[in-house]
Amino acid sequence: MSPEWNKDNPPRILVVDDERAIQRFLETVLAGSGFSVQVAENGRLGLAAVVAARPDLILLDLGLPDMDGVEVIRRLREWSATPVIVLSVREREDDKVGALDAGADDYLTKPFGIPELLARIRAALRRALPQPDEPVLTIGDLQIDLGRRLVSVRGGDIQLTPTEYDLLRLLAGHAGKVMTHRQILKQIWGSGHLEQPHVLRVNISNLRHKIEDDPSRPYYILTEAGVGYRFRAA
Amino acid sequence: MKKYSDDEDRPSPEALLKLAQAEEAEAERGKLKIFLGYAAGVGKTYAMLAVAQQRHREGRGVVAAYVESHGRAETDALLAGLEVMPKAMIDYQGVQLAELDLDAVLARKPEIALVDELAHSNAPGCRHEKRWQDVVELLTAGIDVYTTVNVQHFESANDLVAQITGVVVRETVPDTILDLAAEIRLVDIPPDELLERLADGKVYMPAQAGQALEKFFQPGNLIALRELSMRRAAARVDGQMRAYMDTRSISGPWPVAERLLVCISGSPFSEKLLRTTRRLAEEMKASWHAVYIETPDNTGHVQENRERIWHDLRLAESMGAQVATVTATSVPKATIDYAVRHHVTKIVVGKPAKSRWRELLRPPIVDQIIRLSGPIDVYVVSMAPGERRRTMPARLKKPVPWPAHLSALAMVSGATLICELVRMLLSPPNMVMIYLLAVVLAAVRLGRSAAILAACLGVLAFDFFFVPPLLTFAVADTEYLVTFASFLVVAVVISTLVATGRERADILRAREVQTASLYYLSRDLAVAADTVAIMKAVIRNIKESVNADLAVFLSEGEQLEVMAADDGVHLDVKEQAVADWAFRNRQAAGRGTATLSSAEFLYLPMQTSVNTLGVLAIKLENEEDFSSRQHRLLLDAFASQTAMALERVRFSRQAEQAQILQARENLERALLNSISHDLRTPLATISAILSSFRGEAELLMGDAARRELLATASGEAERLNRFVGNLLDMTRLEAGAMSLKIEDCDIQDLVGCALTALEHRLGGRKVQVGMPQPSPIAALDMGLMTQVLVNLLDNSLKYSPANSPLTINVQSDENWLRLELLDQGPGVAPHDLKRIFDKFYRIPIPEGAGGTGLGLSICKGVVEAHHGRIRAENRPGGGLKITIKLPLQQTAKEGKAHVARVEQG
Repeated sequence: MSPEWNKDNPPRILVVDDERAIQRFLETVLAGSGFSVQVAENGRLGLAAVVAARPDLILLDLGLPDMDGVEVIRRLREWSATPVIVLSVREREDDKVGALDAGADDYLTKPFGIPELLARIRAALRRALPQPDEPVLTIGDLQIDLGRRLVSVRGGDIQLTPTEYDLLRLLAGHAGKVMTHRQILKQIWGSGHLEQPHVLRVNISNLRHKIEDDPSRPYYILTEAGVGYRFRAA
Repeated sequence: MKKYSDDEDRPSPEALLKLAQAEEAEAERGKLKIFLGYAAGVGKTYAMLAVAQQRHREGRGVVAAYVESHGRAETDALLAGLEVMPKAMIDYQGVQLAELDLDAVLARKPEIALVDELAHSNAPGCRHEKRWQDVVELLTAGIDVYTTVNVQHFESANDLVAQITGVVVRETVPDTILDLAAEIRLVDIPPDELLERLADGKVYMPAQAGQALEKFFQPGNLIALRELSMRRAAARVDGQMRAYMDTRSISGPWPVAERLLVCISGSPFSEKLLRTTRRLAEEMKASWHAVYIETPDNTGHVQENRERIWHDLRLAESMGAQVATVTATSVPKATIDYAVRHHVTKIVVGKPAKSRWRELLRPPIVDQIIRLSGPIDVYVVSMAPGERRRTMPARLKKPVPWPAHLSALAMVSGATLICELVRMLLSPPNMVMIYLLAVVLAAVRLGRSAAILAACLGVLAFDFFFVPPLLTFAVADTEYLVTFASFLVVAVVISTLVATGRERADILRAREVQTASLYYLSRDLAVAADTVAIMKAVIRNIKESVNADLAVFLSEGEQLEVMAADDGVHLDVKEQAVADWAFRNRQAAGRGTATLSSAEFLYLPMQTSVNTLGVLAIKLENEEDFSSRQHRLLLDAFASQTAMALERVRFSRQAEQAQILQARENLERALLNSISHDLRTPLATISAILSSFRGEAELLMGDAARRELLATASGEAERLNRFVGNLLDMTRLEAGAMSLKIEDCDIQDLVGCALTALEHRLGGRKVQVGMPQPSPIAALDMGLMTQVLVNLLDNSLKYSPANSPLTINVQSDENWLRLELLDQGPGVAPHDLKRIFDKFYRIPIPEGAGGTGLGLSICKGVVEAHHGRIRAENRPGGGLKITIKLPLQQTAKEGKAHVARVEQG
């Protein structure tokens, strides 16, 4: 299910939100940007629409009239990997972590800017595409040679420990997406180490010193305070 | 020219106000109707019941609370149809006594209660000693009372009646009750008719009264009593008439106000003097004063006398006098001074009972008063010898001080021994001096009676041992009789002088102690800031000045609650009821008073002019102290001082609360003003811009203008969003709903986060970061602390010149993490430095791009939630420096905990 998107076959986006103003606004803007848009006004209808319409991406509000958005994600993730971007007025870190841990791909707080939203949508859609077997990832001045496990910044090679390399590859592989502490810990160190955030912190710090120009103002690895990390999208 | 300003006999605004208040008080109070007779059998009860039946027919709720028909059929017939309340049966030494059931009547709360025999003395165990006190309580509860009484029972008529009839009436009612009555109905039949009825056996007589009553029912007596009762009733009508004229401003022949003054001295005679004055005052429609003048050289200082004086003053008060105690050096002068000051027109004094030769020594006070009195009339009242009958009730006899007498004997023996040793050296007249020495010593050490005993013994011993013929009481030389006599006189004078001096010193000392204890109490109360401190001060001070167990009740709304009590003091339900009574009736009750005197404690209400705040319960260890005036006065003073202190605390608490409320109100108003301003301003801009895109205006707009407007609108929207976010944070902080998610954070990461968040706002602004390497780790809520840095940076960006660099310095030691943010702006006026962290505090800046006034206060809130501190200061070279200090101990602990967990894992 990886169609080549074009004018006749635009990416389909499902908007699950009960606010009429937001629905209308998103419909207009997304249609104008070349997406096909469908709207569901509560969680139940949203899940049904996913089954019926097979959208390529879901924009989900957390405060739905019939069930909580996090619950929608959880049910969806039981059988579908469709990318989900949460749009919510809830701005507390706990809410973000909750949604991301449940399986959301990204989180935007209302109010948001349209350029930001479109960028996030594109990044998510891109990640959802089957990755071409590209041996080298290039983000700005940073190059990661996946085949040879080599990393270089502006042409100069950098020595990374195996953990640092795995961490970098994980983050870079999800460029643009927020990864929570839990998700990272689970994938790199395994589920037994979920309660040891300092291990992650130390490795991120080391990694930054090796790849960033100014570790106090990082360019590649961005911290989402209280939530996790995000690798800058190319 | 005489001043009439305080003349009560003329209508004045005060008088009218008094009337209004009196009428108001009357409205709540029950009305008292007295059926006044002159002897048993005149038909008082019958008349009362007849009126009651009348009221009953009119449909008013009449209840016979206590009616004694004495089995007379006509009277019983009148009871028919009325609700008769059961009497309370009191068991007194095996005898069942029927009494008025006061509580039942209060609970039944009828419109009108009939209470026979006002002058009756209640059985021990009742609440009050006298029935008239029950009646007063009924009236206070708003119940109208009809009652009966004979004229001879009134306090002021008491001795007159005794004089006329020779029968002493023991059951008395204060004259003030008569004044309390709304109506007096004179029940009168001619004496002949009464005697007829008596002969017919229609008059009830207690079996045991017999003879005394027969003596009473003599035609002459009855005529005199009848006249007395009529005069009382007439005086009453006259008084009402005058009061009516007075207050309704009916002009009349206003007489010069008569005012009487009576001086009392504590002699048994004073009582008669008081009654006489009361009668005189009554007849003259005059107000009267009773004064006791205390002088330093007054032998009346002895305890016993003081008790009597107190008793007399209370009696005078109960007869409607204004009483006072005046301290002065000269009785006549003080009397006249008092009289002049209070516009007294007549002074009543007692005729001295002293013998003529003592008059020669010191002119009687009466003479001096008469000499000084000037325009004031002086009435001298005589006292027949037989009138001393009513002295103080049951005074305690002083025990004979045997040890002192034995000591006196020993001293005399000692003197004799010394004289024996020196008899060769001294002639007998000189030996007298040695005996005199013994007498003086006895006077100083042992008091007066022992000294006089020593003097007498001394004379005898001297005579026996040293006056020839020796070892007999006979005297050979008659010259010695002169020696004896002068020795005795000198000894008596000296011992009297010394003893008086001693007594005076004792009294002064006692008074000094009282003054000091009052002073200490008031000093302690002055610094007591709350009720608890007051309780402590009161208990400590009272315990220091009297031996007593204490408890303090305070009113909690309508209820009395024990607020403080000594260990081991337990007040049962009965005692609490007494306290309650004292509280509700604003009168002392319990032991040592006339109300509920069987209680174990004395209960004094703590009252100020407006409020009763509680009750002081005191149990004096020394039984006699309960009836001591000195103790009572001191305790009363304690109670009122405490009440004032309590009221002060209460008032200041109220004022404080009002102030807090006011401050809160002000804050809320400021908050609402600020919020509505901050919400509306961006909204206004946004909606104005949006509306400009509809209609004609848009067509005229160029692309550049359109872009400009859109940029403004989105900037305003962003500002609105920031404000709402701040508002939410603030609300969470204030509601305590902000739970910190503490985790170990890399401070470098924290700073980076804040800078990233502000990326687009920073534009090209340079931010220098001074960070130790490796960067410190601190346990904090990363999200919130990032917000703090963002707010601070945002603030600095706003208030410092564009393109000027900002500096962030991070330092840490073992205990503290220091974060400094420095800018090169204008800084803050010194008086504003502390206030910039206050909610909604804004420093106006020229461009008008003021913040929300919340950013910095949120910073403060978050930092303080982390147990840290935030501070602003001006930099020496210009610009502002904000310093955050966060404790690091938590980090260490958390860190260790983490390590421990890692090791376990």
